[in-house]
Amino acid sequence: MSIVSSLGAGQDATLDALRNGRGGLTPCRFETATLDTHIGEVAGVGDIRLPAGLEGYDCRNNRLAELALRQDGFEAAVAAARARHGAHRIGVFLGTSTSGIHSAELAYRERAPDSGALPAAFRFATTHSTGSLGAFVRRRLGLAGPAFVVSSACATSSKVFANAARMISAGLCDAAVVGGADSLCLTTLYGFHSLELVSPAPCAPFDLHRGGVSLGEGAGFALLERPGPRPPPGTVHLLGTGESSDAHHMSTPHPEGLGARLAMERALAAAGLRPGDIDYVNLHGTATPHGDAAEDRAIITLFGTRTPVSSTKGYTGHTLGAAGIVEAVISVLGLRAGLAPGSPQTRDLDPALRSRYLQANESGRMDRVMTNSFGFGGSNSSLIFGWAA
Amino acid sequence: MRAFVEGVGLLGPGLAGWEESRPVLAGRLPYRPAPAPLPPSPLLPPAERRRSVPTVKLAMAVGAEAMAQADRDPAGVATVFTSSSGDPDTLHQILETLASEDRGISPTRFHNSVHNAPAGYWSIATRSHAPSTSLSSHDESFQAGLLEAMAEVAAEGWTVGLIAYDLPYPEPLHAVRPIAAPFGMALVLTPEPTGRSFARLDIALSDSGEPPSRMADDALEALRAGNPTARALPLLAALARVSAGGAGETVVLDLPPGGRLLVTVGAP
Repeated sequence: MSIVSSLGAGQDATLDALRNGRGGLTPCRFETATLDTHIGEVAGVGDIRLPAGLEGYDCRNNRLAELALRQDGFEAAVAAARARHGAHRIGVFLGTSTSGIHSAELAYRERAPDSGALPAAFRFATTHSTGSLGAFVRRRLGLAGPAFVVSSACATSSKVFANAARMISAGLCDAAVVGGADSLCLTTLYGFHSLELVSPAPCAPFDLHRGGVSLGEGAGFALLERPGPRPPPGTVHLLGTGESSDAHHMSTPHPEGLGARLAMERALAAAGLRPGDIDYVNLHGTATPHGDAAEDRAIITLFGTRTPVSSTKGYTGHTLGAAGIVEAVISVLGLRAGLAPGSPQTRDLDPALRSRYLQANESGRMDRVMTNSFGFGGSNSSLIFGWAA
Repeated sequence: MRAFVEGVGLLGPGLAGWEESRPVLAGRLPYRPAPAPLPPSPLLPPAERRRSVPTVKLAMAVGAEAMAQADRDPAGVATVFTSSSGDPDTLHQILETLASEDRGISPTRFHNSVHNAPAGYWSIATRSHAPSTSLSSHDESFQAGLLEAMAEVAAEGWTVGLIAYDLPYPEPLHAVRPIAAPFGMALVLTPEPTGRSFARLDIALSDSGEPPSRMADDALEALRAGNPTARALPLLAALARVSAGGAGETVVLDLPPGGRLLVTVGAP
């Protein structure tokens, strides 16, 4: 697996930031945005060049994906899997919410004054289109199995684990590349601003004074394979996935966290586990007043007040369509390192929230971790990772 | 992978609903293109009905038709939504606003811009807490949705509503991404046959390069080629023939690069 966020590129940089409490949020200087907020921007995206032959896919989102593909030996791991299974037996299931929309934002500024036509250099299919990320990564890795992009808002790159597990279980492939990328753009910066969900200060999930999200960007990938009879020690398993819909409101979560609880319950049921089997929950925890309260309700109802939980969005910001994979990788890094991460800006815990929320890191052996991702449209996804049962 | 078909929804130019369109698709009546109206869904609460955009209206219409035919309460049906794009008008309006001096996007417009907006509205309208996924894969978005829906039926044993839709963009996007006309379709798929099943689907991946199935009628073939969701037309035509007593047949769908999806349609 590989990861890129404002904490840096790669697993080591990510884990180092978590261990040392070094967050990635900085005042917003993105492009021409004039918003009083902090963002988790990935350094150096502008300098990334896509490999020869794939230049047509060039946009911020695919550059971010390219940066993640270069980390943590991911390309080599996929090449080895390709040699084992064959390119056509490896699927590609990726998530993004806004894909390369920033290319379209720039193209609209350069419309012809007379006709309104977009500039000739604008490539809709390979940059703007939601499917662009899947097409790029599939070609980049030389894979030919089934492929699509999931775009279920901020749950999307968590849900791809479930899509891939189904495809492997149904026999359509033997392995799958999952994950995704979501890059900063004006649409989400100004869109979240319009909903009054953005915090001026770096976000502080579960804090009494939390004032909304800090937006971020990120990318990450994981290679899933059908488990063999004797997996090597240290192999991390996807133990369960759970998906649900809120059926409540387009941009506000169910106040009791009903959809959130259903997703967690379904993941536990799929894994054959009880709530007490989970050693740490990485929350969706975007630091909006309503969102954190709803998730807290769901956690309390299901886990009570003893299971350690935290949101790592105070580190990375809300990476939207990439949050699922970024936080899945963070959860697995925590599992491996025996580290349940704290929450950098969270100083005064909201007394109305009763989960055992970690402000500081806790160390110790963990066997199973859960990670939550919830999105607009009431789309919810929970994943459970752990050592082999 | 195998699934059984309990319901179909269809809305496109000259194709106003599945029952009405069956004889046209089966080739027994001539195809006469005419614009398809997109009424707001009566299932939505008033606030959501007011805010619903064309993609939501189209998806809700075909989904509701398929569920009604299957006599299913949609609350218990998992859904797969698929489209090559989010709502085209909403996208254009947001891009235009962001290119202007005043970048104030309307909050409703922003939440309508997410790719899974139809899934969100559907869940609110049907009070469904069932799993739902929203897919996109450019010109093969329908094929991706069919594959995922079949995998959910096969691997999870769920009853699944597949809802596919694509609408034309306004200019200037239309010039760089031409889509012929609004087209939406839906299927209700079950893992086992029921009293309402009228066809069986068996699906397999292939790399043997058979030519993709086409429509015999020129105007329907132009529609198939001109709207990503209308790539479903040969499958719908096979369903129309088989449900009218025709022999089983295999439909070949494109799965670029080089792949094919073979769908064998037979009696349940």
